Amino acid sequence: MSNQDNKSPAGSGSSILEAPNILEFPFSRSTGPVIGEFMTRLRAGEIVGAKTKSGKVIVPPTEYDPETGEDIEGLVPVASTGVITTWCWVASPTSKHPMDSPFGWALIKLDGADTAMLHCVKANSASELSVGKKVVARFAENRVGHIKDISYFELQGGN
Amino acid sequence: MAETEAVDPNAPVTKISTPIELTYRFTAGRAASRFIKGLLDKKILGQRCPECLKVYVPPRGSCAACGVPTQEEVELPPSGIVTTFCVVNVPFYGQKIKIPYVTGTILLDGADIGFMHLLQEVEADEVRMGMRVEAIWQDEADMVPGLESIKYFRPTGEPDAPYDDYKEYV
Amino acid sequence: MRDVAVASFAQSQSVRRADETNEVEMLMPVVAEAVAESGIPKKEIEFTISGSCDYLGGVPFAFVSGLDAVGAWPPISESHVEMDGAWALYEAWVRLQHGDIDTALVYSFGKSSLGNVTEVLSQQLDPYYLAPLWPDTVSLAALQARAWLEDGHSDKEIAEIVSKNRLNASKNQYSQIRSQISPQEYLERPYRVDPLRIDDCPPISDGASAIVLVAGDRARSLPQKLAWIKGIDHRIEPHSIGARDLSVSVSTRLAAQKAGAIGVEVDVCEIHAPFSYQQAIISEALGLGASTDINPSGGALCANPIMAAGLIRIGEAAQAVMDGRAKTAIGHATAGPCLQQNLVCLLKGGN
Repeated sequence: MSNQDNKSPAGSGSSILEAPNILEFPFSRSTGPVIGEFMTRLRAGEIVGAKTKSGKVIVPPTEYDPETGEDIEGLVPVASTGVITTWCWVASPTSKHPMDSPFGWALIKLDGADTAMLHCVKANSASELSVGKKVVARFAENRVGHIKDISYFELQGGN
Repeated sequence: MAETEAVDPNAPVTKISTPIELTYRFTAGRAASRFIKGLLDKKILGQRCPECLKVYVPPRGSCAACGVPTQEEVELPPSGIVTTFCVVNVPFYGQKIKIPYVTGTILLDGADIGFMHLLQEVEADEVRMGMRVEAIWQDEADMVPGLESIKYFRPTGEPDAPYDDYKEYV
Repeated sequence: MRDVAVASFAQSQSVRRADETNEVEMLMPVVAEAVAESGIPKKEIEFTISGSCDYLGGVPFAFVSGLDAVGAWPPISESHVEMDGAWALYEAWVRLQHGDIDTALVYSFGKSSLGNVTEVLSQQLDPYYLAPLWPDTVSLAALQARAWLEDGHSDKEIAEIVSKNRLNASKNQYSQIRSQISPQEYLERPYRVDPLRIDDCPPISDGASAIVLVAGDRARSLPQKLAWIKGIDHRIEPHSIGARDLSVSVSTRLAAQKAGAIGVEVDVCEIHAPFSYQQAIISEALGLGASTDINPSGGALCANPIMAAGLIRIGEAAQAVMDGRAKTAIGHATAGPCLQQNLVCLLKGGN
């Protein structure tokens, strides 16, 4: 954690001093075997989910069944296509957002999965998005094993 | 930004990089703002607790012991004693002062709490608990809104304070 | 279970930027007021606990300096939760159940104005799948709003909720947004993050709150009217937001059942819903009918000091009981993205 603290007056007339304070956490995180395998396969351009004892497929995978807490049976491939289960439209992206121009956030249930994953959806406008709409993952050119190896989802059949 | 540390690009992923940067404003509040601005005028401003009458410097707008706001401002002299100190012998990144040097807790005359500052114009092995010191201010051009406006403290040559005078503050 | 009552409640005016005061200076008068109103001398408070989040202001160990506000010397028995003060109240209630002490002070504070709060809160999310995408708070709330709309609802229902909260907030001296809006005006407003309009989102707020809890005979010996905690429980949803149905709040329902708050006549309910749609979801989970006055304070939609806003809901509900405006009241608090964790506190008057 670094702490840059350059005190400067808050502006003329103010009796209260303020200073910029930038916190940085340049961390890397251990993935463990389940998330590690998901990231490894993502790097290869594939998406996998966790199969639970009850037969449900959790995407992105967790180490446990979210309903029972039991260990998962293993990882299984799912499609890179799916449907939007809910969405919103960001008209003014921030510098931290993964997209530069207006985009949708969506929960996407991939074909073969029983849960939905969060990612962004590229579209020309909010009017193109709706619940149930088919989308497909667009993978990044250079993949490193990271959730951003999926650049975004786009509407199946083009925008 | 999204990089793993694996050397072999085909090795299984065991780590992900997740850098976080968050930008905040730090605001000093009333008491600390008065204190910091005072330093620019070479004034050291503390506050007295209305209940226990202790004088805090730097002031925080409250007495942590009594849990009451502090409002009465007290100007303190730029002199006091070293209650405790350490000798820095370890070089570290960004170090600006030649080692070995001494960092001490300075209890200003009339204050009830010490603060850390640098001791100079004295050999490290000559610094003592109870030693009387005075503040040396930065040159006008180097004054900054912060305790760095005091360049350092140096011995005055006056007799040391007896231990009983400051044992409460060690 | 041991009888525990809210003996007093205090809160600060919720403001956009409390620059004049540091966190301790903001908190201190609130703690002092709650302690004074409780009738319990400060030195007789046997347990103190706070709820706050250092990441809000970007000041590590801000919760420790927060203790300056209570006068923690000689060292007092204290604890802290890195959560809304409502969860600090829960821990205090559990502590009082031990039976060896009778009094507890709960306080909470937060300054969301110091950072970019919607970004700060995105970093509380899953660090592998979510946080690296920086999904902001408003967007996540918008996903939940859409899920609720798709469940057969209309934004006309939300228009009524927003308008009512704004009307109530206009009469609440501690609230932050004091301007009113009609349902029609609401519906004409543009989207901020479709389907959320600006009026569906809370203001950025700085503020603090405090409650004194007193148990058993010590409580009964106090002269003022008390609000007795008849039940309190909290439950959490699955970690992955895509693994749950965002249009309902299973955790609220369960917490309410465990707290004995289902199927009782509730006069006042303070719902901690920073986003308007969340109020509809929680209200439904609690099974509230038309006879319940929801959010007479105007709610977190109109004043949202994060970390304090949940405790304020319990405080407002308790105050309604203490003032005689309600025989039975519910205080609800939420934490995490999309109503992830929910606490329900059932309060009643009498002895």
